[in-house]
Amino acid sequence: MCIGTSGPGATNLITGIATAYMDSSPILAIAGQVSSHLIGNDAFQEVDTIGITMPITKHNYQPMKADEIPGMIKSAFYIAGTGRPGPVVLDLPKDVQEEEFEFESAKDMELPGYKPTLKGHPKQLKRAAKLIQESKKPVILAGGGIILSGATEELLQFANVINAPVSTSLMGKGSFPEDNPLSLGMLGMHGRKVSNFIVDECDCLIAIGCRFSDRTTGLLSKFAKNAKILHIDVDPAEIGKNVDVDVPIVGDAKTVLGDLINVFDPKPELKQEWLNYVKDFKNSCIPRLSFNEVPLKPQQVIKELSEAITDDTIVTTDVGQNQMWMAHYFDVNNPRKFISSGGLGTMGFGFPAAIGAKIAKPNNDVIAVCGDGGFLMVCQDLATIKEYDIPVIIVVLDNRHLGMVAQWQKLFYDERMSQTHLGESPDFVKLAESFGVKAERIKKPGEMKEAIKRAIKSGEPYLLDVIIDPNENLPMVPPGCGITEIVGEYKVEREYPDEIVVKASAKENGGD
Amino acid sequence: MDENKTHVISALVLHKPGVLQRVAGLFTRRGFNIETITVGPSENEGLARMTIISKGDEKVLEQITKQLNKLIDVIKVRDLEPGITVKRELCLIKVHTVTEKARSEVIQYTNIFRGRVVDVSPETLTVEITGDPEKIEALIDLVSVFGIKEIARTGPTAITRGTKTI
Repeated sequence: MCIGTSGPGATNLITGIATAYMDSSPILAIAGQVSSHLIGNDAFQEVDTIGITMPITKHNYQPMKADEIPGMIKSAFYIAGTGRPGPVVLDLPKDVQEEEFEFESAKDMELPGYKPTLKGHPKQLKRAAKLIQESKKPVILAGGGIILSGATEELLQFANVINAPVSTSLMGKGSFPEDNPLSLGMLGMHGRKVSNFIVDECDCLIAIGCRFSDRTTGLLSKFAKNAKILHIDVDPAEIGKNVDVDVPIVGDAKTVLGDLINVFDPKPELKQEWLNYVKDFKNSCIPRLSFNEVPLKPQQVIKELSEAITDDTIVTTDVGQNQMWMAHYFDVNNPRKFISSGGLGTMGFGFPAAIGAKIAKPNNDVIAVCGDGGFLMVCQDLATIKEYDIPVIIVVLDNRHLGMVAQWQKLFYDERMSQTHLGESPDFVKLAESFGVKAERIKKPGEMKEAIKRAIKSGEPYLLDVIIDPNENLPMVPPGCGITEIVGEYKVEREYPDEIVVKASAKENGGD
Repeated sequence: MDENKTHVISALVLHKPGVLQRVAGLFTRRGFNIETITVGPSENEGLARMTIISKGDEKVLEQITKQLNKLIDVIKVRDLEPGITVKRELCLIKVHTVTEKARSEVIQYTNIFRGRVVDVSPETLTVEITGDPEKIEALIDLVSVFGIKEIARTGPTAITRGTKTI
């Protein structure tokens, strides 16, 4: 839940609401509005909140009388939290806010046009089971829907029943334990090599609660081209939107997976040959994390971070290289422990998301991993964590660049670097200290692990300014390419780096 | 598959402010095409019926239907197949008729098309015609030689034949 005042207050909520819409987060945003008799007059701090939020909400309401409010709030929470979750906006005129009325318990909701399908169709479940039985090389693609539906247990069970490796989208990180031998890690533009190649090779892709975003699939015509595709999603509009589907199942992930497990008779046979192949492939390209260089490599920073925290630690990320380094190199084993802005890619997300997480889960340690650019967009909230004593730890991966855009300029735009160097200011340690927040600067390998432990132990808000190598690029699939066309050096945990040649098409296409 | 097949989409929606904006906004944002849209009260109090004519292939039509269904204020959506659908449009044509000959010819054409003359002035005749959009086009073609001053069309509204409802 969040509240903003009218006009600029409401427009300041917009980016957050759009972020929630893209990532299916259930939120209720209440915006103030000018008095009902002034609406339409271009009154002071008036804005058409209903019109503006229509395309970025699941629904929105504007009560014109106070007695409409209880029913609307009840419906708003119901709509936001059920089916495919999403944001709902309540636009509340000032005179309606101040009006008094007799409250009787909120009436029954009247939502004749809203009936999410939760249970998969039995015939489709049988077809799905048959498809999986007949496949030789099945792979599961788990999305954020697994986490939203609370289906992680069912997913683990399902993967074990059908013996299929599991790849995830960015939002699906945490839906399947990444320390499990069946885990492939994240798929897509910045996905793990094993994930991208195994999905490319599979003959049956079981996608659950994911929407096949362009960042996940790469060029659609080259995506999983040998695979029959089974798509389970609670939102029927996602099925067949981007990828043509062989067996669609509309339903809630938890319910459908629970039912699907029971449909198999006999149990699917063990595809040992495929599993061995996947295992060998995975072992051949485990991403390298250990680096001794100064300036620090982000991989080394992430390795030390991982060593200093537990499975209960909630990690949020900002958007850009910091996010993709974390998504690529940082293993997440539990749901709702990795929080990131996926669809909208909202810079400035990481730090406030960490504040929210800490308030919701005060007993869990919360760490925001940000870039320097994104953190600067929201650094005024250092005052919030100090004033309200919210002990989140901020890790600023400081390379003095808007790294992701800089990487694209280097790779696809002939190194014409434009507006991506941030210059020398600010000094993040002094910035934090000016708010009364403790801060340290990290420069060398080995320092990060100890600093994180100190920060957790302090029980106070804490900032770590980690100076990293501005020249470290992420391995990536250029836009307009298939997901196996990774460019850049894929450093593996071995003696020899696994070089993959740069595809000419990437440079020619530029990208979006 | 016909890339540009015309579809008649009938939607039952809540009859309240903002619903047209939600539907129209959805079409714009998703890049769907709207040829025409008509809205009016339905047989149920509180519900309105929209008839949307849109062009696109089957995949686009599927997305339109699914996305419309996601709107909370939309109760039912159906693509009406041509064979089982009655489609009617109302059109008003104001024709320039200064000569006796023009006037009598326009009246004759109107009668053949089962239209009606609804307004007369010294220089113009306004005729009303309802029917299939193609029939309306034909009359417009015929009277255009006299000079058309204004046309107002409602866009088609549609309903299924027989006892079936959407």
